[in-house]
Amino acid sequence: MSDTSSRLRIVWIYPDLLSTYGDQGNVLILRRRAELRGIPTETVHVHSSDAVPVEGDVYLLGGGEDRPQILAAERLRADGGLKRAAERGAAVFAVCAGYQIIGETYGDDAANPLPGVGILDVRSNRGQTRAVGEIVADVDPALGVGRITGFENHQGRTAIGPSARPLSTTVKGIGNDDATEGAYQGQILGTYLHGPALPRNPALADLLLRWRVGQIPPLQPSWGETLHEERLAAALR
Amino acid sequence: MSELPLRAQLAAALGKGAASLSRATGRGDGSVIGGRIALKVEPDLLSKLARGRRLTLVSATNGKTTTTRLIASALRQLGEIATNEHGANMPTGHITALSNRPNARNGVLETDEKYLPQVLRETAPAVVVLMNLSRDQMDRASEINLLAKKWRDALAMSDTHVIANADDPLVAWAGLGARNATWVSAGQRWKEDSWCCPECGGHLKRDPDPHWECPECGLRRPDTTWAVNNATDTVTDPNGQEFRLQLHLPGDANRANGVIALATAAAYGIHPEQALPRLREIESVAGRYTSIVTSGVEVRLLLSKNPAGWLESFAVLDPPRVPVILSVNAQIPDGKDTSWLWDVDYTVLRGRRVFVMGERRTDLALRLETDEVPFEVVDRVDQVIGRLKSEQPDITKIDVIANYTAFQQIRTAYGRVQ
Repeated sequence: MSDTSSRLRIVWIYPDLLSTYGDQGNVLILRRRAELRGIPTETVHVHSSDAVPVEGDVYLLGGGEDRPQILAAERLRADGGLKRAAERGAAVFAVCAGYQIIGETYGDDAANPLPGVGILDVRSNRGQTRAVGEIVADVDPALGVGRITGFENHQGRTAIGPSARPLSTTVKGIGNDDATEGAYQGQILGTYLHGPALPRNPALADLLLRWRVGQIPPLQPSWGETLHEERLAAALR
Repeated sequence: MSELPLRAQLAAALGKGAASLSRATGRGDGSVIGGRIALKVEPDLLSKLARGRRLTLVSATNGKTTTTRLIASALRQLGEIATNEHGANMPTGHITALSNRPNARNGVLETDEKYLPQVLRETAPAVVVLMNLSRDQMDRASEINLLAKKWRDALAMSDTHVIANADDPLVAWAGLGARNATWVSAGQRWKEDSWCCPECGGHLKRDPDPHWECPECGLRRPDTTWAVNNATDTVTDPNGQEFRLQLHLPGDANRANGVIALATAAAYGIHPEQALPRLREIESVAGRYTSIVTSGVEVRLLLSKNPAGWLESFAVLDPPRVPVILSVNAQIPDGKDTSWLWDVDYTVLRGRRVFVMGERRTDLALRLETDEVPFEVVDRVDQVIGRLKSEQPDITKIDVIANYTAFQQIRTAYGRVQ
């Protein structure tokens, strides 16, 4: 957590543009899993007309349709706050359209490359087919997260540059390119698991918390763990 | 319609035959198969069947079926009406509806959002009714910004009279493409898909509700001539005259449907005083809002398919002592992605007895746990009734909110109540 406050500051970037399908779930679960461990939190919703604060601990970006995605990228680049926060060492968790725009470039609806925020060394553009459905992937063992599950719904394909690493290896679904899913670089993490990726993968939520506060005690398994197991079994059946 | 060309007559007749066969063999109501066969014989059939009629197309994310029914009831005083009341809202369903009523001068067709531009071109309707657009089954549906753009372009090419909800920015922007529009203030509870200006992308200023405007490009809510007032249950018409709605169908969403229906009836020359008694007669629409009475308990069924719909359903729940069952499936008609459950705020259910069921009840369980709403996991409605009756024998009412196939399963379990 930042030195000036004992609260974990969660910053939700542009819910007016990047909150297409359940993205709020990531905010709610991160907050809940922190608070169940006695870590106080503060959540800031930053609208696209507001400046992005630089003192946050975890920045969350969600999914969006083509046009809102372009608007969000333009505004984030002009604002500069997210980039400064990342340079300060804040954690970033970006989903789907949000994942694409924190990279170096992403594609518009005609596959023209557009500049991203440039805090994650990935390049995305439109693929030939739309990837829609349940996805399962094994996270890089260095992160201690295990197997993740989610729903993907995107046209983009993503290539990972030398400074970033794939978040996971795809077991089912498409992800970046049919082989890997998501990417991370330090505490900047992007994924195509859209909407409630953290509710469906409690271990991924705990990774973000560990990054910010160090070791955290385990929680009593509850509905999040049940859902995780149930969706894994359903996807691999 | 007796002057239909021979080929079109044949196509329509074949379609009707297939439809009755489908019904007779218990495969469905025949609306889709009949239209599909007819289209094979005469691809231009929809245009030919529409010719010479005064049609209204009704499109929206939520409330299409109900509003189509309300408008059809109001228009029946003009005579026979062609309408797709079973909700078959694509061109095949429209063909069936029109073939079944060859002599109806007037018609009301519920129209799938995606098909609206095509059906608009083919049927040249007198009126197009547009109510709301919000996120819905995005694993298979179009992005709504794109949809609004297609609506706007199609309307710009037509002479139709648009009757649209000015309070929904995306809908209003689409309707502003038309040359002739009547603007209705029908309200908008779910705003999470319309913070961003449809014209330029600016962050909309939405204060005081229902006003909205874009500080960047100046796009603003059109001035309205019809308005609903939810607090007083009244509608104001363009002459400033007020009418009590007193619909049987519950909630603000149905008041919105009601004011839209009254404005549409007025476009056909029917005064609200004449239309209202007919709107009030409607108690349920294709099972929606139906109550089943079982073991002395009234079980009310609310169909809601997306976040905007759930928000409206929460608002019509009976007082807090009435328990509620939430049931969610994720089959193809429901959308296979349950992410939208996280867009809804469940904290309003605190203090109410809540049960979760359906194929995706674990998603609901985690969602409610996160919002700190206590709940119980169950398999069936009768299990809930049994449990409640054993605890409080005087229980009289339960509400059920379910998405599409979950709703149909419950209806089927109780004998497809209408």
